[in-house]
Amino acid sequence: MTVMHTASVEVMEPVPVIEPPVAAPAPADVESAEWLRALRADDGSRDAAIARLHALLLRAARFEIARRRASLPHLRGNELDDIATEAADDALMSVLRRLDDFRGASRFTTWAYKFALLEAAVKLRKRAWQGREIPLEPDRWAIQPSRALGPAAASEQTEVMGAVSEAIAAALTPHQRTVLVAVALNGVPIDVLAERLNSNRGALYKTLHDARRKLREHLRERGFALDNYLEEE
Amino acid sequence: MTKDFEIDRTLGLLLGPGAPEVGCDACFEQLDGYVELELAGADADAAFPGFRAHLVGCPACREEHDSLFALISSERR
Repeated sequence: MTVMHTASVEVMEPVPVIEPPVAAPAPADVESAEWLRALRADDGSRDAAIARLHALLLRAARFEIARRRASLPHLRGNELDDIATEAADDALMSVLRRLDDFRGASRFTTWAYKFALLEAAVKLRKRAWQGREIPLEPDRWAIQPSRALGPAAASEQTEVMGAVSEAIAAALTPHQRTVLVAVALNGVPIDVLAERLNSNRGALYKTLHDARRKLREHLRERGFALDNYLEEE
Repeated sequence: MTKDFEIDRTLGLLLGPGAPEVGCDACFEQLDGYVELELAGADADAAFPGFRAHLVGCPACREEHDSLFALISSERR
């Protein structure tokens, strides 16, 4: 880990949030086209297609629950089954409501699966945080340097963390501080936080994005080179 | 010099990806197409600019991407 204090301060340009263009529909593959036909049919085949779709969505919801099972030891099997069914039901409503939004960028089933995974993930995150206090007051946070490091590294970390702490206190609005501290420091899922704040995930991520940009600008103006810390794959 | 990955991770979450990124809504819209390109071995990042940066900055969207990738992968084995 290297901290560089550059003589000439390079202020980072604001990072725009990309607004993607609306993709033109691509020709659906045969299987996807059949799903769309059956789900739009006005005869008995629609009910059968809806039942098959619900089964697929339930499978996806159960898959998501199985992936997160270890983090939910307090939930019993029947509670998890209920969550899977609710997720599949809600996902089915979303898929049927948004059939015209399917652009053919993937197989229809892949497109549909994501709704069930989202519904299951959101429900499980909310259950995991049910009854847990979320510190929303901006003052209730602290960044501690690692105790495991040697004096030189600890000193460097203290300097960086001190600068970050100062930037959080000085550069952000109270709302930006609340969102950044909750999501980035306290690990609060963004949809859980959105529910507590009567907001939505997209709006809170925009707040988080703006807060991060302000932090980076603040630190760069003070001579910190941040390339080692910006998250990358 | 010792590298403390936990502190690096915290700083990474605080500072974000630092690259242009899509928002959560666009990420969800593009998720299925991105995952299928990944599984096909195509250049998903070129097809969906800003998507990968968002996964780096948004833990929730990252989880949902990883779940869809794992589900589709398991079906196609």
